[in-house]
This record gives sequence, C-alpha cells and structure tokens, in this order.
Amino acid sequence: MNRTLIALVSGMFFGAGLAYSGMSDPARVQAFLDLFGKWDPTLAFVMGGAILPMTCAWMIKSRLSSPLAAPAFDLPGTAKLDRPLAIGAILFGMGWGIAGLCPGPALADLAIAPVAVLPFVVAMLVGMAVHRFIPVPPK
Amino acid sequence: MIPAFPDAMPIEGFIGGLLIGLAAAIMLLGLGRIAGVSGLAARATGIADTGAPRNIAIAFVIGLPLGALLIACAIGEVRVSFPPSIWPLLIGGLLVGYGTRLGSGCTSGHGVCGLSRLSPRSMAATAMFMASGFVTVGLLRAGGWL
Repeated sequence: MNRTLIALVSGMFFGAGLAYSGMSDPARVQAFLDLFGKWDPTLAFVMGGAILPMTCAWMIKSRLSSPLAAPAFDLPGTAKLDRPLAIGAILFGMGWGIAGLCPGPALADLAIAPVAVLPFVVAMLVGMAVHRFIPVPPK
Repeated sequence: MIPAFPDAMPIEGFIGGLLIGLAAAIMLLGLGRIAGVSGLAARATGIADTGAPRNIAIAFVIGLPLGALLIACAIGEVRVSFPPSIWPLLIGGLLVGYGTRLGSGCTSGHGVCGLSRLSPRSMAATAMFMASGFVTVGLLRAGGWL
C-alpha cells in the first residue's frame, strides 16, 4: 500500500481522535493543567486510551523484522537523558500551559477554528525555525 | 459523567484516545516510525532537514485537520475556546515550537509513543513537560491571569 496514503490515514485518525476527545479545545487542556482551578481530568482518559493500542503495537513490533509497508524501522533511541531534553521539555510545558495547545491539537484546529489558532501555529513554526537556524551556544 | 467534574468527558476522551493510539500504531507498524507531531510538522514545513521522508510528513500533517474536520461534520460541532488575547498564543507558540525541537518531541512522540514504549528518555521528558505545565498554569492562576 502507498506509504503517503498510510501517513495520511494515520494523520486523519490522529486528528479525529483529538477532535472527538475534546483535546482540540485549548480551554479543556489548560483546565487539566489547572490543579487549583476547575480541574478537568479528561486529558488523563485520552492518554490512557492512546497508550492502550500503542502498548499492543510495541508488542507486535517486537515480533516484526520490518514494518509492513516500509523497508525498516527508523526509531529514536530511548536511553539518553541530557540537558537539551530537559530544557526543551520544560520550555514546551510552559508554552503548553500558557496557550493550552501542543502541536497536534494546534494543527487539527486549523480545520475547526483556523483564524483563532493561526497565531499559535505561526509562532510555533517560528520557534521551530529559531531552534533550527540559531545555534545553541556551547555550555 | 463524573459527578465531581461535570465538564469532564471521560468516555469521549477515552474513545478519542483510542483513535490517537490507533493512528500512532498505524505509523509504527505500517511505516516503522514514531507519530510525533512536532517532528513531522518541522519536517513537513522544511524546518527540519532530517527525519521522516518529506511525503510522509506532509501527508500526516494534512491528515490532522482533515480528521478533525470529519469529526466536526459527523457530530455537528467541536467546541473550542481560545484565550481572549493573542499574547498567550504567540508566547505559547514560540515556547512550544522551540521547546519541542530542543527536547525532541511533544505530547504525541514522548507522551503517547514513548510512554507506551517504556522509553526512559520519553518518560523523563513527559514528566518534565507535565510538571512544567502544572507549575506554569498554577503560576498563571496565582498571578490572577486565569
């Protein structure tokens, strides 16, 4: 089967899941992070629901020598804990809390509330470009 | 419905979560890759010059709003509520874009794919961005911005 089509289908399931679960709503995501406000636990159910099929997928993966429609698995390493990982995760968490958006919901919202989400998407791409084109000073 | 949390959507959340996990499973078992939205978005836009093949990244990124649109058509309306000011979106967007690239992933790659893989790297990243999110929103509330 065509790899581009598989990626499109994967993206569509992902976007559908985000919209159906309420995770495309920045207020709901921010409410999950708002422990001292009107806390909304929905995100925890979404995570649980998503991890279930993926746990099965990793078990199936361990029995495959290659993926079903590509020549080889191309997966990141799992061991290295370094400073960029920590600083990046902390900065990401700050932005996630401030806006109530992470990359998936932001892109899915381009279909639901394009005008409202556009400033976030543009700023996110600028942030990515800053990382790509402005080198991190050596420590 | 959970009586203590009337706004929560546990059932829709869980079903939507299953769809997200299924999407990530299709990417892993079909194409041998992590369904990490930040990495694929950087690759699709050409900001990153390594990672998934370009056609795969672009197709996945186009699929996200398409899937959301299908749900919006199917259930009538997907309720979203954005911050009243543009500043949280701009500042948040910059931090999310920079942070996810520096930290090699976001809620999808580290959260969904990495946690289910029991990857120490992703477990650490997820713990840190969750903690950072809780603290950030707590500070916003303490400061009277929420």
